[in-house]
Parts: sequence; structure tokens; C-alpha cells
Amino acid sequence: MSLLMNIFQEIPLHNYLFLSAILFCIGVFGVLLRRNAIIIFMSIELMFNAVNLLLVAFSTYYSDSGGQVFVFFIMAVAAAEVSVGLAILVTIYRNLHSVDIDELKSLKW
Amino acid sequence: MQLVYLLILLPLIGFLVNGLFGSKLSKTVSGWLGSLVVLGSFAISTKYFLDFYTGSLAAPIDIKAFEILYFQNISIHFGILVDQLSVLWLMIVTGIGFLIHVYSIGYMHDDENFSRFFAYLNLFIFFMLLLVLGNNLLVTYAGWEGVSLCSYFLVGFWYKNESYSNAGKKAFIVNRVGDLGFLLAMFVLLYYVGSLNFSDLKAEALGGNIPSNVALAAALFLFVGAAAKSAQIPLYTWLPDAMAGPTPVSALIHAATMVTAGIYLVVRTNFLYDLAPEAMQVVAVVGAATALFAATIGIFQNDIKKVLAYSTVSQLGLMFLAVGVGAYTAAVFHVITHAFFKACLFLGSGSVIHALHGEQDIRNMGGLKKWMPITFVTFLISSLAISGIPPFSGFFSKDEILAAAYEHNIGLWLVASLASLFTAFYMFRLVFLTFNTNFRGTEEQQKHLHESPSLITIPLIILAALAVVGGAMGIPEVFGGTHWMKNFLAPVVASGSGAAHAISHSTELMLISIASIAAVVGIAFAYFRFVKGGALPLKDGEEKGLQKVIYNKFYVDEIYNAIIVKPLMTLSSLAYEIFDVLVVDGVVNTLASITYWKGKQIRLLQSGNIGFYLIMMVLGACAILGITIWQL
Amino acid sequence: MTFYIFLFLAALAVFCGLMTVTSRNPVHSVIFLIGCFFAIAGHYLLLNAQFLAVVHIIVYAGAIMVLFLFTLMMMNLNEASEGHKPALARISAVVSAGLLLFILIAALKKTEPFAPPLTIDHSIGLVKALGNTLLNEYLLPFEFVSILLLSSMVGAVLIAKRDKSPKPELE
Repeated sequence: MSLLMNIFQEIPLHNYLFLSAILFCIGVFGVLLRRNAIIIFMSIELMFNAVNLLLVAFSTYYSDSGGQVFVFFIMAVAAAEVSVGLAILVTIYRNLHSVDIDELKSLKW
Repeated sequence: MQLVYLLILLPLIGFLVNGLFGSKLSKTVSGWLGSLVVLGSFAISTKYFLDFYTGSLAAPIDIKAFEILYFQNISIHFGILVDQLSVLWLMIVTGIGFLIHVYSIGYMHDDENFSRFFAYLNLFIFFMLLLVLGNNLLVTYAGWEGVSLCSYFLVGFWYKNESYSNAGKKAFIVNRVGDLGFLLAMFVLLYYVGSLNFSDLKAEALGGNIPSNVALAAALFLFVGAAAKSAQIPLYTWLPDAMAGPTPVSALIHAATMVTAGIYLVVRTNFLYDLAPEAMQVVAVVGAATALFAATIGIFQNDIKKVLAYSTVSQLGLMFLAVGVGAYTAAVFHVITHAFFKACLFLGSGSVIHALHGEQDIRNMGGLKKWMPITFVTFLISSLAISGIPPFSGFFSKDEILAAAYEHNIGLWLVASLASLFTAFYMFRLVFLTFNTNFRGTEEQQKHLHESPSLITIPLIILAALAVVGGAMGIPEVFGGTHWMKNFLAPVVASGSGAAHAISHSTELMLISIASIAAVVGIAFAYFRFVKGGALPLKDGEEKGLQKVIYNKFYVDEIYNAIIVKPLMTLSSLAYEIFDVLVVDGVVNTLASITYWKGKQIRLLQSGNIGFYLIMMVLGACAILGITIWQL
Repeated sequence: MTFYIFLFLAALAVFCGLMTVTSRNPVHSVIFLIGCFFAIAGHYLLLNAQFLAVVHIIVYAGAIMVLFLFTLMMMNLNEASEGHKPALARISAVVSAGLLLFILIAALKKTEPFAPPLTIDHSIGLVKALGNTLLNEYLLPFEFVSILLLSSMVGAVLIAKRDKSPKPELE
């Protein structure tokens, strides 16, 4: 019996589904709870990772390398997003001396 | 075959060019362009007429061009029918149409909307040709509606004067009543016979496949349409008002062509009327009543064009009388001669109005023959023709109608003869008051009196000449003629029951003498009263008794106003106030104010608080997911 | 044995994730998030995705989180710099997140049980296999990603660059 078959049997796929669901909800919780924009950003990264984990799990369990390639792409996109997002936050901070979202109300009508 | 299309399309081209580029063309170009396209159509019509005349074309040309409508088992084509009947109408429409176009170049010369006028005239000719040439009722109906539209445009041509544009509306709205009748007739025929084609309908009718009650319904509905278009009781009121339009329009549309469309329609569908004697009875009675009624009103009118308008209504009544007694040929004959002399009369009155700078009241005219000899002579000739003095054209056509009426019912004959007597009287009242005795207008007007330019007089002369010789088309056998027209139209109206003369020649001669004597009496009475007696029509408001009633046109307009227009207006304003303002506007306004009010509340949700937005987003995602799972 | 490794890694990931979002000190949050990422990298290894595990550590823990840390330090944020949300907002945050978790779990409960494929490919998580897929099947997205990264680099520089305008400098 191969290693992977052993894993499949010992760890049902549902465990990964629940794990990533929990991680995702923790990310959502962070987004809703915190006021610091950088922490919110980090929570979003956490949600990304929850999805990545799910993709890798499916990829392995179904023997399809496409899922892992997708994770690869998501990482690249996340990196790009973080660089631009943090640049924006830096600019905001420079102008407002704050990254508190409760103070960023210029979207108001 | 292709020539027919050209015949129809030429005026349309004229309309398009004048309508689209008219403002860029000079008046000369635009006027002559409008006239020449009609002349082109006239040339083609003449070719067809000669083909039929010489017999080189015996069978009608019946073209199915393309399909317009398709139902389950009924298909209606756009089609053209050229036969002896339509070719006669083609000659009138294009021939007289051309003369009136030329006349208009002179008459409308100072109008700023010159090219628009010609565009409308061309469009009118186009629709009139469509009406006459359609090989089924639907195509005819299209033309029928089109001429109504053009009539509306042209009556209200000087739309800045509100009463003129109201007259246009009146003409249009009264015609709608008739259009409804026409439409119902089409529905009846389509439902029970399954075709609108004239040739199909005729074949079915002759084959006995149309039940007499269907024929009766269709014939009566068609007559409602015809009565509105040809200004018969009770739908005649629009025609006198339609005189608000420029005089060439009155001559073209409201004397020579459009108002005869009703006669055309009835003659075209004569096979239906033959199946429904009751309908013919109605037509005859309405025609006779209209003839007398309008002639009575005509006696006391003081507006030169109104007199002619009532005369037109009266003459149309005579034509319907002829149709009603089965004398289709006589009706067509009278349409043609009437087109000649009535167009001439209208154009002559236009010439007078032109010379007097818009004066239309005959109480302010008089003695004009000194200044306007050509207008006078042509007007006189046409008046003689309409009065039925031999040997002018009106004499032959009118006597044929009277003879047919006598043969059918002596009461109808009596009414028609009385109408003729009145006609002779009021026509010569008009002639004498306008052209004889002394001028009664202002000195300023007298200084500017002049004969009209040749563009106006030449059409007058041509029409007067036609009014003289037009009777040659139908010299009855009693005078040794062969009645060419009866033979010519035989293929179209051969089935007519009353077409054959049953009365003896001596009776006919007696009738002719009575009619002629009546006409002379009418003229003489007018002469003694207005020339010898020097009587003048009373000023407004001085009329008494019966005269006052007649002067006010029997208060028909007022009665219609009281029993139809006012209640409708009241109903509409009630509907407006209750249904429109309260219900429709109310619902819409309430919805709008609810939206506005709610929007004002909901707007506050857009607080700019990102945290709130985020929670809402998550809850939204929850809701969507939840619904999705619920449905699994 | 494998299952216990899984449990351990899962517990670590959840714990670190929770600490990330609840720590008052942003720097602690970053540290816990890095811990969480390591736990997830462990899961990748468990799932035989060695290449991704390595890349994950390098990209997330090595690059992204360093960037976060760097930004935080530059802004000099600490516990005192972030006020508490109103109690209502915190309660609603808990409720919303819980509701989402509830719904997700409910959805996952309805899924079909896993049926392993007939043939198991042991090599898909390896560099060789992944590289083959990436540069054959996904060549075009791969090139696009390179463009995306380049443009995001340019964008980040452009956005974060100081204005040349005579506005007073803020430090």
C-alpha cells in the first residue's frame, strides 16, 4: 500500500474541507473584527491560504496537477496584490496618519 | 406592365423631392417639378385610356405585386387593377390634377411654404392613384386613408390660423367615422368571403356564393365609408368647413377627386349592391336627401366658396342617387362632368379671391366682369353646365340621373328635380352677385382689380371647354347618340340591374324638357331678383324665420355639437379628471413618491463605514449560499 | 500516525489563525500568521506537494510577511494605535462569521463521499510533473502572471513614491 493510499484512508477528504472552511471563517472573522487595515489584509491572506489548502487537497486526492498549478498562480497574484495593496496603505498612512478603516470614511455620500 | 408602377410612383417622386429638398429649390423649379410629374402620370394614363378606347386592351390589367399580409389561409397582396373604370378616374385625377397644379403655381406664388404645398399635392395625387388602382379593398383603403391625411394637411395648410387647422381636424375626424365603416366592411368580407380582391369578390358574388345578408352588411358598411368621404348626410359637415384650405385644394380634393372616391368605391363594388337592394334603397334615399338639403342651404350662403361647397355636397348627393337606383354609368358620367365644371368653378372663385386679395364674401363683390372677363366667361359656362342647360355637359349627365330616378321612383325624381332647380338658382345668384351690377367692395380693392395671370386663366379656359363638350361622352340615344360611356363601362358594371333604360323615348324627352325648364326658371328667378331687382343678401344677423334657420345651415353643426361633441367632451374631461389624474397619475405619482421617500431612508445606509459594508457583504454571501443549499 | 500529524497541524493552523486575528499587537499577528503558514506548508507536505510547500514558505513566509512586517514597522503601529470596535460591531462580527461557518459546514455535509481515482499518480506534487503541466498546459497564464507581477511592481513603486509637490513632508 502506497503512502498516499495510507493518507487517503487515514485522513478523509472531508477533514480538509472542514479545516479550510474553519480557516476561511477565521479570516472572515478577522476582517470583520479588526480596524487596522493591515491586519484586515493579513486576514485576507489567511482566507487565500484556506482556499489554497483546499485546492492542493483536491489536487492530490484526485491526482490532478491542475489544482497545484492554480495554487501557484494564486500565490503570484497574492504577491502582486500585497505589493500594490501595501503601497496604497502606505500612501494612505502618509496622508492621514492612520490606517484605521473606521476613519476612512471618504467613500461616504 | 411596368408603366403602371411609373404612373403611381411619379407623384411620389415629386413628393419626395419637393418634401425633402423643397426648401433648396426655387419656386419655379419646385412648382413645375410638381406639375410635370403629374403630367407624366397623365401621359401614361392617356396611353392606357387609348388602349381601352381603341380596344387594343380589352381585358383588365390585374397585377399581384407582392404579399402584404398572410393569415392562416388568407393572403392579401399589393395589387394593381387597371380597367375601364379605374382608367376613367385616372384621367380625371391626373388630368385635372395637372391643370390645378399649374394653376397653383400662379395662385400660391406669394406663399412662403410653396414647395410644401406642392409636396402635399403630389402626395395627394399618389394616394388618389393608389386608391383608384388598388386591386383589392386593402390597397384602396390605404389610398383612402392617405387622401384623408393629405386633405388634413392641405385644409390646415395655413395652420397658423387656428380655425383653419380646426377645420382640417374636423375633416379628418369625421372621415374617421367613415373609415371605421370601411374597415368593418373589410372584416365582414374577409370573414365570410375570405378575400378582398375585387375580381375574387365579383366572381363569388356572380356565382351566388355571397349570402344576401352578408352583402347587405358589407354594402351598408362600405356606404358609411363612402358617405363620409363623399360628404353625405349625416357626415357632410366637414366639407363646407374644409373650404378653409387654399382654393386649388378645394378644387382638386373637395370637388373633383377625393370626394368622388365614395362614388368610385360604390361603383367598384356594384356587384355587392346588386345583391342587396335594401342597401341601394338606403343609398338612393340618402343621396336624394343630401342633394335637396345641401342645395337648400346653398341658397343662403354668402361665402363664395361655401356656396360651391354646398353645391358639391348636393351634386354628390345626385351621384349617390344615381348609384342607388342602379344607374352606375350615369353616376360615373356625372362624376366626370362635375369634375370639369366644379373644378372650373372653384378655380374661378380662386381667381376672384386672388384679385380681391382674400375677400370671399359675395356681398362685397359685384360687377367683376368688367375687370375679369376670362374668369367671368369660364365661370358662367360652368354655371350653365352645373345648372343643366343644354348642350353643356352637366345637362346630359344630370338628365341621365333624373331619368334613372324617375324610372325607379317618382318621389326621388321630384326631390332631385327640386334640388336641380335650387342649384340653378343659387349658382346664378352667385354669378350675378359676383360679376354683375356694381362693385360693392372698398375703393382700395377696386384700384387693384385685375385679370389673373395666364397660369391661372389657361387652366380655367381648358376646364370650361371641357365643361362645354364633356357631355359628348354620353349623348343618350334619344338624341341619336350611342352613349359611348355606357358601352365603355359595360364590362365593369354589366351586372347592374337598373342600368338599362326601360322608359320610352317620349317620357325621356318630357323629363328632359321639365329639367331644362326648371333650370331656366331658376336662372330667370335669380336674374330678376338680383340683377333687375338689385336685391342683396341680408347682413349677418338680419335673417328671420326659416331663412335664418337655413342661413345657419339648419343648425346641424350646433346639433352635432350638442348631441355628440359636447357629451364626448364632457365624458373625456370626466375621464381625464377621474381616471387620468386620480388613477393613472395617482398610481404613478404614488409609486414615485414611495421610491423617493424610501430612497431617502435607504440612502442613510451608505454611511461610508467600511466595517458595516463588510458585514453586509458577508451576510449577503451567507444568504446566497444559504438559499443555494436550501434548494439542493 | 498520519492522522495525528494531521490533527496536530490542523490545530496549529487554527490556533495561529485565531491568534493572528485577535492579537492586539500587530507584530504578534504577523508572527502568528507566519506560524499558521508553516502549519499549512506542513499540510502540503502531508499531501505530497513538496514543491508547493517550499514555494509557499518562500513566497508567503519569506516575502509577503516580511513585507507586512516591514510596513508595520515603518508605520510604527502598536497596541495603542488601534482602538476597539464598538461592542455591537464585535458581536455582529462573531455572529456573521459563525453564520458563514455554519452554512459552509452545512453545505459540506451534503457533499458526496470521496471516491479515490483508479490510478494514483505519486509524482504530481514534484517539480518535474508540476513544471511539465505549468509550461505546457498553462503556458499562456504563466506568461500573463509574469506580466502581472511586473506591472504590480511598477504600480507599487508608482503609488508609494512620494509626491514631488511642495506639500509638507509627513514622517
